[in-house]
Amino acid sequence: MTLLSQRRKAHRVLPGFNLTLGYTVLYLSLIVLIPLSALLFKTFTLSWDQFWTAVTGPRVLASYRLTFGASFLAALVNVVFGLLVAWVLVRYDFFGKKVVDALVDLPFALPTAVAGISLTALLAGNGWIGQYLEPHGIQLAFNPNGVVIALVFIGLPFVVRTVQPVLEDAEKELEEAATCLGATRWQTFTRVIFPSIAPALLTGFAMAFARAIGEYGSVIFIAGNMPMVSEITPLIIIGKLEQYDYAGATAVAVVMLVFSFILLLIINALQAWQRKRGGAPV
Amino acid sequence: MSGAVSSLGKPVRRAQSGTTEPTWVRWLLLSIALGFMFLFLVLPLAAVFTEALRKGFDAYFEAFKEPDAWSAIRLTLITAAIAVPLNLVFGVAAAWAIAKYEFKGKAFLTTLVDLPFSVSPVVAGLIYVLIFGAQGWFGPWLQAHDIKIVFAVPGIVLATVFVTFPFIARELIPLMQAQGTEEEQAAIVLGATGWQTFWHVTLPNIKWGLIYGVILCNARAMGEFGAVSVVSGHIRGQTNTMPLHVEILYNEYQSVAAFAVASLLALLALVTLVIKSVVEWQHEREMRAAVDLPPERPGA
Repeated sequence: MTLLSQRRKAHRVLPGFNLTLGYTVLYLSLIVLIPLSALLFKTFTLSWDQFWTAVTGPRVLASYRLTFGASFLAALVNVVFGLLVAWVLVRYDFFGKKVVDALVDLPFALPTAVAGISLTALLAGNGWIGQYLEPHGIQLAFNPNGVVIALVFIGLPFVVRTVQPVLEDAEKELEEAATCLGATRWQTFTRVIFPSIAPALLTGFAMAFARAIGEYGSVIFIAGNMPMVSEITPLIIIGKLEQYDYAGATAVAVVMLVFSFILLLIINALQAWQRKRGGAPV
Repeated sequence: MSGAVSSLGKPVRRAQSGTTEPTWVRWLLLSIALGFMFLFLVLPLAAVFTEALRKGFDAYFEAFKEPDAWSAIRLTLITAAIAVPLNLVFGVAAAWAIAKYEFKGKAFLTTLVDLPFSVSPVVAGLIYVLIFGAQGWFGPWLQAHDIKIVFAVPGIVLATVFVTFPFIARELIPLMQAQGTEEEQAAIVLGATGWQTFWHVTLPNIKWGLIYGVILCNARAMGEFGAVSVVSGHIRGQTNTMPLHVEILYNEYQSVAAFAVASLLALLALVTLVIKSVVEWQHEREMRAAVDLPPERPGA
């Protein structure tokens, strides 16, 4: 605490404030803010009716349903298995733990297009997994199932990496106290451990969900991309661009951008909540 | 005491105490978790290499004899070689401004730095088409002066810079915030210039975070697909990066060639993960060494 107040007193001793802040704002404006504002200005050239028709066409609506539905499902799967993986990595010792821990970040490091073609190769009718499922009438590639699977792959690290540090910091004394007071292990989990990791879980969910909504590379190979059935919203934007319908593409992009902003605000609020709850690293 | 503010700083693990699950529950949880990881992470990774080698090593290396593959590799390397240093300079400048000073709107600025992460890659590509494309703001002027940005290399670089924008900054900001400014202030008081202070005091403190951010930024820069695909125009041998080349080969049913190029990208991902883990272990070791030192300040 004293460190913090000391730090606050003598700030401008260090040189370079104007230079670094100026450069930060300039670069941010040139690369991010001005280009993003182009999207808004382009949208203003549309009348409200044009905008509304562009963003509510039946094919576009179907794509929202798929994108948001599949992203939600995938994020839910990630919460369950992400918590499990984080739990196992923090609480248990087993052979090859460091390798498994490193592997969690694979979806961050593997280019999405590579993930897309390799998941497709696994799940297609003649693939390693697909060949055993197809005879039973289970089809995982080239339909919405494939979209969910690709998004589970993409979103996994978010939940694991937000929950893991919180679990590591969790005070075992609380659990010991609960056990001493006669709680079963399950009660200890639901009443003591779960409440302390809930903010992190929710943050991880929101991050995985946000990432899934914008995801393109891994999905398009496995989705099959049938209009009305397995066409995601980013693909709608590309489709409109390819037909030189810049206004339509922009309108749909603005809808996606607005959702991204809302999610970003929610994630920020969740992280602030998490910090207040337990000083967890973010 | 919270020594672990950055994503690098994992705290030293506590000793296992009496509170744990029955053995069968532990085995069950462990097998489900590992099974899930095997299905979703190991199998796809293995599939890349087996599909690439399906017809043997000759067919595999055949894929790299094509000049288009080489130009894709070259373009990917050029793009990363421009985008990563640009974002490195920005990341250090932004982290210095945000972590070392207090000013109004700091939280807002930090949020803006993170913004590109929440924008869909396809939208990221689209914004540059809207500005530099034939019908865009600067389109007519660029055409009059015969400058190509969209559907050419500059557009690919710009889109890549956008999607990799926050990587290094967001790694450095929490790290530098946790380290405070005492050491830098001491250096300045002792007569060091700002540049000397940065070079001899700040940089050694943030080096692991810096490497960490750079390799993640590089992996994304080389692997970006969505944003680049919008601005590239898919001209073979000219504006195809490696991921786009993979897509073209795959769509032409040249499966082995597609997976061969993809296997290079998968290798890049593996190397990235290895460097990342080494950096984390190194950082953890240094933190532990710092903890083991006797306390310097009496009292407090």
